Amino acid sequence: MPFSRSPSLSQATTAVSLHGVVKRFGSVLAVDGLELEVPMGLCYGLLGPNGAGKSTTMRILTGQAVADGGGTEVLGHRLPAESKLARARMGVCPQESNLDVDLGVRDVLEVFARLYRVPSRDRAAAVDRALALAGLQQRANDRATNLSGGMQRRLLIARALIHRPELVLLDEPTVGLDPQIRQELWSLILTLRDEGATVLMSTHYIEEAERLADRVAIMAAGRVVAEGSPAELILAHAGREVVDVHGSAAELSELRSRAGDAGLPTRHSGPSLTYLHADSLNGRVPAGVRRSATLEDVFVRLTGDYVE
Amino acid sequence: MSRIRASRIEMPALVAVWVREWIVFSYFWRTRTFAAVVEPVITLLAFGFGFGKLVSRVDGIPYIQFVGTGAVATAVLFSAVFSAMFDSLYKRRYQRVYDAMLAAPVDVDEIVTGEVLFIGTRAGIYGVAPLLVAFIFGLQPEPAMLLVPLIGVLTGIGFAALGMWFAAMVSTFDGFSYVISGVITPLFLVAGTFFPLNRMPEWLQSLAQLNPLYHCVQLVRDCAFGLDPLADLAHVGALCAFAVLAWWLAVWRTRAKLIV
Repeated sequence: MPFSRSPSLSQATTAVSLHGVVKRFGSVLAVDGLELEVPMGLCYGLLGPNGAGKSTTMRILTGQAVADGGGTEVLGHRLPAESKLARARMGVCPQESNLDVDLGVRDVLEVFARLYRVPSRDRAAAVDRALALAGLQQRANDRATNLSGGMQRRLLIARALIHRPELVLLDEPTVGLDPQIRQELWSLILTLRDEGATVLMSTHYIEEAERLADRVAIMAAGRVVAEGSPAELILAHAGREVVDVHGSAAELSELRSRAGDAGLPTRHSGPSLTYLHADSLNGRVPAGVRRSATLEDVFVRLTGDYVE
Repeated sequence: MSRIRASRIEMPALVAVWVREWIVFSYFWRTRTFAAVVEPVITLLAFGFGFGKLVSRVDGIPYIQFVGTGAVATAVLFSAVFSAMFDSLYKRRYQRVYDAMLAAPVDVDEIVTGEVLFIGTRAGIYGVAPLLVAFIFGLQPEPAMLLVPLIGVLTGIGFAALGMWFAAMVSTFDGFSYVISGVITPLFLVAGTFFPLNRMPEWLQSLAQLNPLYHCVQLVRDCAFGLDPLADLAHVGALCAFAVLAWWLAVWRTRAKLIV
């Protein structure tokens, strides 16, 4: 890419790095000493409950929020000073649609090709490629406002990819979409990664992180509480197998306090209590349904305390 | 491909903003042009025929020609300030266009500059309409009138920036009531458009010097009825100062709203 880059030692292997990043909104501490390193070429999931600070983190990376403290680098560019250089090399798909709905589909892509400085000789091809990517060739001349929700979301993603970015930020990319469209987007995300882009995706759908992410950071209350590949996280925080014990609310509450006294890690899961690390606690776990541990077990164990 | 430089207003970013504005304008030009041209023309005709029956000449100029030249400024003001206010608030709050653009390598000062130049230029061109109508009522074409679109564009840039500054200080369209009644209406009335200010009290005449629209009105009249080089340069200087100040305020407040 012919964009100017500032030299940085970590540049070759790290796409995004945040160290001790703090962001306050009035009295609310949205990001609280965040540490995050996203390696180049991976699909990286930022997983956390609503209010964990994922979207604020995303906005810090695009320069639309300025951190109160700590250091942020994106593709080797220090933020906020060099944010414009970083933005030229990344594409962003926001959580809430900010599609320019007054424009036609092709116009949206044309304007963003210019904003992203796609050279004039490549612009028409870039727009056609993005239309194909979004599957909207037949709708190129329609107003964006007349597209269905799924089509608008695809256009939003195609818009973010018009300049073949090295880093793609996807903030909750599949919220509110039909299952078919979600799966289409998932395969698109994996294709991007396989073509060499780094994907940083925030989600509160655990399934999405488990299916797509090579590595995951679990966020709660503005910090990263656990980081690793989904398999590593499951093994470390939930073990190989877990046991679900069903019962009345009173029975479960009784079981939980006894488990707490005995030092057995558990987590609530609606009408049942889940005993984690059941494979290594033979004999000490009550009878129940034994199953493989999942990322959801890890997620609820680590972030459950933070949910109201 | 162009090299990207941080903290600079770069031409490719401005062009991208203009292309977007041009596309939107190409959809809505009929309504926009109708509003921007027909309203000042109706005002001109109403005042010219209504008031013109009572007052035949002002400062030696037939009243309809007096109003016709003054209404250029009104047309520029309304086209620039209202487009900037309503479009900018809509794009920021409701459609979140700025939010989308700022994820690309374009900064707030580039967006504001691009939009202000576009809206200001358009307003300057619309401002010629009342002059054309005044020709029908006997205004003599003069070579200096070729400067009127330029005066209109300069004035329009200032008022477009003022409108963007207002838009960056409110959260809803209702918030505009204060500036429309408290700022724009007084600016519009005390600019020497409909009546000469030299019969007004001293203090009001001094105050009018602070009204950018007054300087625009004077310049357009001088183009039509005789230039006064020194005074006219001072008017141009006042309009430039206003445009720079309003642009700076617009960038400052819009950035505060968009970058948190």
